[in-house]
Amino acid sequence: MSKQALLMLDDGTCFAGESCGAEGEALGETVFITGMCGYQESITDPSYYGQIMVFTAAHLGNYGASPLDDEAPAPRAAGAVFHDLFVPPKTEAFPHWRAAEALDAKLKRQGVTGIKNLDTRALTLHLRDKGARNGIISVLDMDKASLLRRVREWPSMQGLDLASKAGCAHPYAFDSEDKSAPVPDLHVALIDFGAKRSILRRLAGQGMKVTVLPATASATEVLDLAPDGVMLTNGPGDPEPCAYAVNCIRFLLGRLPIFGICLGHQLLGLALGARTYKLPFGHHGVNHPVLDLTSRRVEITSQNHGFCVDPQTLPARAEVTHVNLNDGTLEGLRVKDAPAFSVQFHPEAAPGPTDAAGLFVRFRSLILQHREGRCHA
Amino acid sequence: MPKRADIKSVLVLGSGPIIIGQACEFDYSGTQGCKALKEEGCRIILLNSNPATVMTDPGFSERTYMEPMDLDIASSIIRMERPDALLPTLGGQTALNLAVELHRSGVLRECGVEMIGAGAKSIEIAEDRELFSKTMRAAGLDLPKNGIAASLEEALRIAGEIAFPLVIRPSFTLGGTGGGLACNMEEFRDIVRRGLDASPIGRVLVEESVLGWKEIELEVMRDGRDNAVVICGIENFDPMGVHTGDSITVAPIQTLTDVEYQELRNDALTVVRAVGVDTGGCNIQFAVNPQTGRRVIIEMNPRVSRSSALASKATGFPIARVAAKLALGYHLDELKNDITGTSACFEPTIDYCVVKVPRFNFEKFAGAKPVLGLQMHSVGETMALGGNFREALQKALRGLETGLSGLEPVPVKGKNSPAHSSWEHPEDRLDTLRDILPIAGPERLMHLYEAIVLGLDLKEANSLTGIDPWFLIQLAQIAATEKAVCVSLAPQAAALLASGKKAADVDKDGSFAAFLRRIKAQGFSDARLAVLLRKSLGDASLDESQVRALRHSLDVRPVFRCVDTCAGEFKALTPYFYSTYDGLYQDPAHLEHVAACGARSAPQVEGKVLPGKVIILGGGPNRIGQGVEFDYCCVQAAWAMKDLGITSILVNSNPETVSTDYDTADRLYFEPVTIEDVLAVCEAENLCEEKGGLIVQLGGQTPLNIASALEAAGVPILGTSPKDIALAEDREEFSALARRLGINQTPSGMAGDSESVCRIAGEIGYPVMVRPSFVLGGRAMRVIHREADLRDYVSGRENGFVLDPASPILVDKFLEDAVEVDVDAVCDGRTVSIAAIMEHIEQAGIHSGDSCCSIPTHTLEDKVLERIRSDTRKLGLGLNTVGLLNVQFAIRTGKVFVLEANPRASRTVPFVSKATGQNVAGAAAGVMAGLSLAGSGFIEEKTIACHAVKEAVIPFTRFPGAEISLGPEMRSTGEVMGIDRSFGMAFLKSQSASGAGIPASGNVVLTVTDKDKEALIPLAARLKALGFNLFATPGTGAVLSGQGIDCELLVKIGPRRPHLLDFMRDGKTQLMVNTVSGSTSARDATAIRAEALTRNIPLLTTLSALSAAVEGLEVSRRDKRSVAPLQDYYAGLIKTGADG
Repeated sequence: MSKQALLMLDDGTCFAGESCGAEGEALGETVFITGMCGYQESITDPSYYGQIMVFTAAHLGNYGASPLDDEAPAPRAAGAVFHDLFVPPKTEAFPHWRAAEALDAKLKRQGVTGIKNLDTRALTLHLRDKGARNGIISVLDMDKASLLRRVREWPSMQGLDLASKAGCAHPYAFDSEDKSAPVPDLHVALIDFGAKRSILRRLAGQGMKVTVLPATASATEVLDLAPDGVMLTNGPGDPEPCAYAVNCIRFLLGRLPIFGICLGHQLLGLALGARTYKLPFGHHGVNHPVLDLTSRRVEITSQNHGFCVDPQTLPARAEVTHVNLNDGTLEGLRVKDAPAFSVQFHPEAAPGPTDAAGLFVRFRSLILQHREGRCHA
Repeated sequence: MPKRADIKSVLVLGSGPIIIGQACEFDYSGTQGCKALKEEGCRIILLNSNPATVMTDPGFSERTYMEPMDLDIASSIIRMERPDALLPTLGGQTALNLAVELHRSGVLRECGVEMIGAGAKSIEIAEDRELFSKTMRAAGLDLPKNGIAASLEEALRIAGEIAFPLVIRPSFTLGGTGGGLACNMEEFRDIVRRGLDASPIGRVLVEESVLGWKEIELEVMRDGRDNAVVICGIENFDPMGVHTGDSITVAPIQTLTDVEYQELRNDALTVVRAVGVDTGGCNIQFAVNPQTGRRVIIEMNPRVSRSSALASKATGFPIARVAAKLALGYHLDELKNDITGTSACFEPTIDYCVVKVPRFNFEKFAGAKPVLGLQMHSVGETMALGGNFREALQKALRGLETGLSGLEPVPVKGKNSPAHSSWEHPEDRLDTLRDILPIAGPERLMHLYEAIVLGLDLKEANSLTGIDPWFLIQLAQIAATEKAVCVSLAPQAAALLASGKKAADVDKDGSFAAFLRRIKAQGFSDARLAVLLRKSLGDASLDESQVRALRHSLDVRPVFRCVDTCAGEFKALTPYFYSTYDGLYQDPAHLEHVAACGARSAPQVEGKVLPGKVIILGGGPNRIGQGVEFDYCCVQAAWAMKDLGITSILVNSNPETVSTDYDTADRLYFEPVTIEDVLAVCEAENLCEEKGGLIVQLGGQTPLNIASALEAAGVPILGTSPKDIALAEDREEFSALARRLGINQTPSGMAGDSESVCRIAGEIGYPVMVRPSFVLGGRAMRVIHREADLRDYVSGRENGFVLDPASPILVDKFLEDAVEVDVDAVCDGRTVSIAAIMEHIEQAGIHSGDSCCSIPTHTLEDKVLERIRSDTRKLGLGLNTVGLLNVQFAIRTGKVFVLEANPRASRTVPFVSKATGQNVAGAAAGVMAGLSLAGSGFIEEKTIACHAVKEAVIPFTRFPGAEISLGPEMRSTGEVMGIDRSFGMAFLKSQSASGAGIPASGNVVLTVTDKDKEALIPLAARLKALGFNLFATPGTGAVLSGQGIDCELLVKIGPRRPHLLDFMRDGKTQLMVNTVSGSTSARDATAIRAEALTRNIPLLTTLSALSAAVEGLEVSRRDKRSVAPLQDYYAGLIKTGADG
């Protein structure tokens, strides 16, 4: 029998469950994720930096964890909340051909504190109605008053610069392990706000050599590499405090082809002069329908963000290209007078559908067009 | 593009009779589709021969054609109605096949009818295995290695290139008919021959076996702009090798990584695009190698399927409704998800687990091997939603209504070892189980679970069954919980019960309650816990109700959650709920719905206050004897309640049905129809406090079985009381009632031991009819001609039926040559109003569900009809009926005998409703809610100017080896109706709709029993005049020749060859007439019937049927058959033709 654990939200709502993963405490903004599989990709997505992830699926951990599916060397999430976590008999190898270990073992090994066997649906409905909020998971402190005090002291995500912490500290060249990737003929500078490895893989798959730069890289550092294009990656939290990145992007805009994903998209929006705002409980799942206004077709997308670009504030030089069918929020934009476009969702998927993977091809074409100097995006 | 303006009228094809592989899921999809088309203002023309369906309710379409679904009729309908479009994707394989025929015949082009949903080309690609393989390979997708053969030689050549085991699938057959798995040459030759025969185009696919691979299905929707979404992924618990219709299936997919799943998803979308399904839903089936992840495509259906129904109910996404709208030109993003109000262009995500368990009826087919394979055998299914897989699985098992209360040991068939012996000799028992586990049978899961309880290593379990370790570990978790119940829960519960204190006082910290809740969250029912506690504590008196009381005293109750398509991301508007113990909090949406209802004042009609809410119990899984007819009744009742302003609530567990569509009733609880689960719903609905009531008489035997227990638990039952329903079932009490009312009965007696049974039979005189009490569908009923057979019967050797003094059997004099009559009536407690009197065309002794019958009656004299009417009235009042009443009579030489009377819905209610144009079930529901018959506007014996004939459809071809004979035990899965101006024509239509159309010419073989020979003479003469060539066995032939009627003689079945059967086998017989009396000719008849069924030769077994057929043929020489919609019959636009 596992130890008792508690999850306390900052509005005093408390859920009891059992400890899993690393025993200890976790503090962070509590958000729910509705994907039914792909938990490992989500847990290792650096965009969840500092968050407590609530998985709505009934069963988690069914196929264990495989090094193939990590989106970053280690999870950056603060904690994880599960309903039914699969713990196979310890004596045997994990019963799935791709798995190297159980999810629980991976969480323990990598220091993610979890709580399981709680009513994740009630928790999800609460977060949906009351908005994403800070929470604390603890197996150490069973005093509810103390938990509430401490969770209330925890800072809100709004206004926090997390991107500079979630990405790499030093530049490096991405070594694509994929033997089937084409020989690179283009070079892309990737500004790492907490990038998922799948973005790097997708770029490599488009024949691009990728140099990864820290979030705080300056425009000069980027231009010094003389790349063919710039990739602005996903990352955690609020884009507004990342003035360094906004400045950098503003300088690069028009000089190099730019493709932004998620936080990278929000930062491009800020660089264009638009504003961002916080959604009540964000989009975290793999079933979000996005209408591509150009093709009039719908793509089912993977999403993970709490902030959003306000389309009302977009300048005339930018054009909305994608819209979320559920809530009408802005999902993609294109700059009319410069080779730059971005999407709020994750075309690299992992987890989730790859309907929008064509955007990487579009990035490649954009770079090629720009190189030939024929036209803008 | 929004809706197309050029489609104003649509011809919708239904799926015809319920058969194995094509059940009421197509009533569900058809009903939903018709509703959607209607919403869009389309004029709907519907063709479906099945009267038991909801979709053929005349309110759903402007023109409801209840006609045989053949090319000829469909073409005339198209020429008359000139629809703009034909929608074939909601009516299963039957509709697709007919659509392809219509396309090929050119009538669509001639009349400018566009096929919408799926075009002829894509149907062809999906259905023709060769073309499908080619298309898939061209699209870069992997398939099992295979080849197509049109002959045995070709098949052998292909087999040489691929290793055994090999799968053989005939082209263009339904549910895998004629297919199979061969592990050696001998099996291979056999199956290939059978497959070539079964395939209408004489081709089979020979394929690499992917036995033991994971089986995954994806439900895809695509619109005209090529937007495509996956609605639901379904994983089979049973690996490849068992037909998916026979597998336990689970949603969402449990054992695939996201990487694997996304590859499948991409493949699925590629398939849909390659096949070119224009709009709507389709289903794609994959096999995934559990060791390497290699994935291959097995098949795709370019239409709504059984899995679509399951996916709809599992996720809340209305696939058929959306498919219908897409066919009209809408795009997915232009449609709304009714449940959340957000876009319909999305992929549902669920936060619970769904398990479907198939229901089998092997016991109905003595001689058939209960082994599962590539050909589907299940006759129904039940689905359950739970907070986790374990809970959902156990809920589904108790919803199966095979007597299981969850996972529990069951006896091994054919072994003389009752389940409980496992406690005495666990090692021996485990060995027995090991032996049988590799064979997939209906009860393998139970055996597997027992083996795990007894310590079977999970690795070994995996190698014996191929079932994924994840599922096996879930079973092991249930087994561990079972142990915890016995070891920890039992002593604590005993101490608590013994203390006499309030549970809450003893369990101050709530730890015991939490423990019990954890156990309940693993799906353990109160009934199962009672069994385990009894065993552990040795307290034989402990029962389910005590466990429930204990649970209530600890306040351990389920929570009700909303099925919302989105795992809680958006607020759900739709009242569709399931229960779970794996959670602590009620969904606010559920509480809001119940509160809103409680705040409404109860409706008043005729100065009476009606109940504010009514819960209608559905019928659970379909099985032979209980099918779509009862769902039809429940749905009609729900609508009747809505019309009266009463909140209607449905409880059912059958995912195929209209009753479990979320917008049928005001609220839907997708729950097993058991005492525990129904009581939980009643409690959640505050049924008793809010003066509501429960309807139990419409869902067949399922709700009736639990009615008394529910009433005892304090639930108010509407309509006829459970006591009176039980009285009608109790033979002794019923006989007493009949005697008191002065109603004739056949001599009978009742006994619980074999000696007394035989003594009674001897006194009454053979033949006798034997029947156990409390069965529906005539389970284990037989006509017996001699004592030896009776002794065999009561020994239980024949059919597993065990004679038990506690539930004795009835022995009735069997009236040979009697005409049987069914009456459906409604009674409000004061007046009995007859809906219709039906005359059977089949010989007496065949279960009414399997027999052919007509409205109006066609041979009964007025005097007899009057007697039937007065007997029915007496019985209705005598049984204190409030609601429906069905009475069966036998008429012999003008004398009327009552066979049985049941104050509940009968199988014929929908047929009566369609044939008379009066909603019988709806009227009955109104009466149960408190209306008077006078107030309900019900018209007694409403007549329309036509004849309607109902015929049964029986699945013998699915059970090779089974004894093929009709008797008092029901075996049919479905029914059709023929309607026309004359009785003869209506009869011909019913035969043709059931798949055994009477030929207009050719060779007819006559072999009748002595007493029929005289009466055969004029009929034979008329056959001759119609141009038939007559053949007869010597006895029959002699009589005919003596009357100057020429006929060729055939040798009787016996050692001399060639004989009658050879004549049939050679394809020289177009029509077979064989009547029987006594047991000797019965043996020949069995052989003849078997041959007729295999060769699809129409067979008539009574002279009344022959007379009907001859009449029909004669009419058809003079007059065309009338092809007209029910609406025209009801409006009196069709005039009756003179018969004969």
